Amino acid sequence: MAVVTEEPKAGFRLGMLIYDTRYRSITIQIVVLMLVMLGVAWLIDNLLSNLAALGRGIDFGFLWNRAGYDINQTLVEYTNDSTHARATLVGLLNTLLIAFLGCIAATVVGVIAGVLRLSNNWVIARLMTVYVEIFRNIPLLLWILMIYTIFTEAFPAPNAFRGDTPAASMVMFDTVAFTNRYTAIPWPMFDRSLGWLPLGPLWLNLDLAAIVAALVGGFLLNRFILRRATRIQEATGDRPTTWWQCTLALFGPIFLVLLALGTHLDSPSLQGFNFTGGLQVSNSLVALWLALTLYTAAFIAEIVRAGINAISRGQSEAAFALGLRPGRTMNLIILPQALRVIIPPLISQYLNLTKNSSLAIAVGYMDLRGTLGGITLNQTGRGLEAMMLLMLIYLIVSLLISSAMNVYNNSVKLKER
Amino acid sequence: MNTSTSTFVRTEMLPEQAPPLTEAGAVKWVRENLFSSILNGILTVLGIVVVAYLVIGIAPWLSRSVWNAGSLSECRQIIADRWGEGVTGACWAVIRERWPQYLFGFYPSHLYWRPVLAFVLLCVAVAPVLFDRLPRKMLWFSLIYPAVGFWLLWGGSVWVPVMAVAGFAIGYAAVKVVQPVAGTILATIAAVLAPVLWWLFLAGPAADALQSILPIALQGVRSREFGGFILAFTIGFTGIAFSLPLGVMLALGRQSDMFIVNKLSVGFIEFIRGVPLITLLFTASLLLNYFLPPGTDFDIILRVIIMVVLFAAAYIAEVVRGGLAALPRGQYEAADALGLDYWKAQRLIIMPQALKISIPGIVSTFIGLFKDTTLVVFVGLLDPLKGITDAVRASTDWKGIYWEPYIFVGAIFFLFCFGMSRYSMYLESKLKTDHR
Repeated sequence: MAVVTEEPKAGFRLGMLIYDTRYRSITIQIVVLMLVMLGVAWLIDNLLSNLAALGRGIDFGFLWNRAGYDINQTLVEYTNDSTHARATLVGLLNTLLIAFLGCIAATVVGVIAGVLRLSNNWVIARLMTVYVEIFRNIPLLLWILMIYTIFTEAFPAPNAFRGDTPAASMVMFDTVAFTNRYTAIPWPMFDRSLGWLPLGPLWLNLDLAAIVAALVGGFLLNRFILRRATRIQEATGDRPTTWWQCTLALFGPIFLVLLALGTHLDSPSLQGFNFTGGLQVSNSLVALWLALTLYTAAFIAEIVRAGINAISRGQSEAAFALGLRPGRTMNLIILPQALRVIIPPLISQYLNLTKNSSLAIAVGYMDLRGTLGGITLNQTGRGLEAMMLLMLIYLIVSLLISSAMNVYNNSVKLKER
Repeated sequence: MNTSTSTFVRTEMLPEQAPPLTEAGAVKWVRENLFSSILNGILTVLGIVVVAYLVIGIAPWLSRSVWNAGSLSECRQIIADRWGEGVTGACWAVIRERWPQYLFGFYPSHLYWRPVLAFVLLCVAVAPVLFDRLPRKMLWFSLIYPAVGFWLLWGGSVWVPVMAVAGFAIGYAAVKVVQPVAGTILATIAAVLAPVLWWLFLAGPAADALQSILPIALQGVRSREFGGFILAFTIGFTGIAFSLPLGVMLALGRQSDMFIVNKLSVGFIEFIRGVPLITLLFTASLLLNYFLPPGTDFDIILRVIIMVVLFAAAYIAEVVRGGLAALPRGQYEAADALGLDYWKAQRLIIMPQALKISIPGIVSTFIGLFKDTTLVVFVGLLDPLKGITDAVRASTDWKGIYWEPYIFVGAIFFLFCFGMSRYSMYLESKLKTDHR
């Protein structure tokens, strides 16, 4: 049987750009690219003509002018004589502070709530379900405003703590005072403080650095001891006793550092009409932190619950059949598998929390949006530059958080061979 | 028969005995569910203490509710008269008195029937989308509802929405005319190009001309007069309706093999997901004028809706991408083997399955979008939560009222968001086809 193969027609026709699958995708891409570039060119053209009509260009020079406004909470040195760039830095650090505190607290609360929601305790499981559903289904803004209102309206003024029979009293063994303006908490003070190390625009607190170094060192030492124990166990079959070494490695260095610094807790006490000593945290920070924590924790609880539910019962049954105790079953079998499901959505919750911290505007907490996107923008009138910078900074922060968490995600990911 | 060797055999059954007290009824349930271990016992007691603390704290306040009063001081007077001096109570009279404001903001009061009618029609339009037991013909109404709703809410000449809808008819006509002559691809181009040209250049003059010939118009309402829950619903529902298709397109773009399309989608999605919604809203209110031709004045609600749609679409794109990635490779290959082209494969094989997997994520994005409508207060619109409540509190009558408005608005949001999440569960179980 003769097979007639038709020679493909040589040459290139214009129609092939559309009808030939080899070229069609290139055609589509070029058309899309042209349309997008046309759109962008149109926007930029409009922007330039608008700016020309206003008689100004894009200029970030305003960042080096005197800011001239005060910020109620600053992590680094700042006065109203500082520059707008400095104010931006203060705002960024405040954003990072609330994001950091919020992520940690939300993880703790969320994990507890998620695990308790799965508990076979009827009361607790129902209670957690109610908590999760209420917080998930009501806007975050409402929680921020509501908690802030509780602080400003329901708590007493500092002078209510005065007198022999005060109208209000401190809580937690007389160490914490909730007032309608601030929350006074105890704060560690160092008798032999190491002072500050100037590093360009930032000053490094050497006390803090020493504590962090001690913590990290202890953690690394602990890991080394555990690895060594595992190595010995693999070689000889016997696992050396490590619990006292680990305890020493984890807590020894930090204890020594705190001792060397002469650490003591400074509790707030009432002097006249106000509290002195300790640390006075503004209510805007506490309310924002609580609201972000409780709101995000409700989402994290759902993620944790889904993660644990995703592990089939057979896994824990198999672990029990191997004779593992419940604690080791959790650590060695359930958790490593559940984490794999939990981590990716957890990352996006951390990102959401960081972005939601921009709602600080509702309670007057001076975060990045409050300084750069708020007062700086209004004072200088440089809306375009300020908003572009604001978005860029948020974008970088988001990308940094997600890439850091992705590194962790990769380390717990299923290693397929 | 030798009695000494015969074994004893019971000939009748013993009557059933009641189970031990600890193994039956309420006691068993309490033992198993509340006090199965020491830790559980402690947790139970703690839980009950927390609930009791909350109830004792809130119930007396709630039980002393006042529904009829003209101001907060009058409210407090009534509470003092009824329950004695020094007690506090809930003053729901503020909701009762400011009810229209919470629902309609500063919408002209003689026109309240229009948003109400729009809401009723919205229910009619949404019903066939949500429940497939309703007649399919109702979907036609759902399709034209956006124009109807727009006209009812904003008013103005009827010809503006009619001409906008006419654009779609023109697109359809373009396909019908061009396809037999020039083939599918040119027809598609014509279907996109003709309506866009119509909307840009002809729809406005045509509407004006028809208005001068046959004037049918409702009294116009400006966007700044919108507020309260009609604002939240307008932004929320428009956002939901438009972000889903855009999100699906973005997800397809991100999954596409075409380099440029892929990178553009990725860039767009990552940018939107990396910045807070507030900054986008500020961009819409402060900066959009820089990017539009000089002299353009763009409706503020429309700007906000566009930003909300873009924001939600990026999140939906990620959710749908997850659904697409979860589909086994074989589904794509099977579609190819059947000879389906890209769009047919997407429409008949891929999307029905991918969207089904993504339902929970999509609905929670919608819930997030609806909750985020409260953020429009920061660009000067009167959302029910902060905008209207601040306006209410600014009057001397209701100065100093805090909890009642928050609880009321929170309850309404809870109702709708919780309803949406329950509907998504219903949809999931209805569409479930695996036999587990």
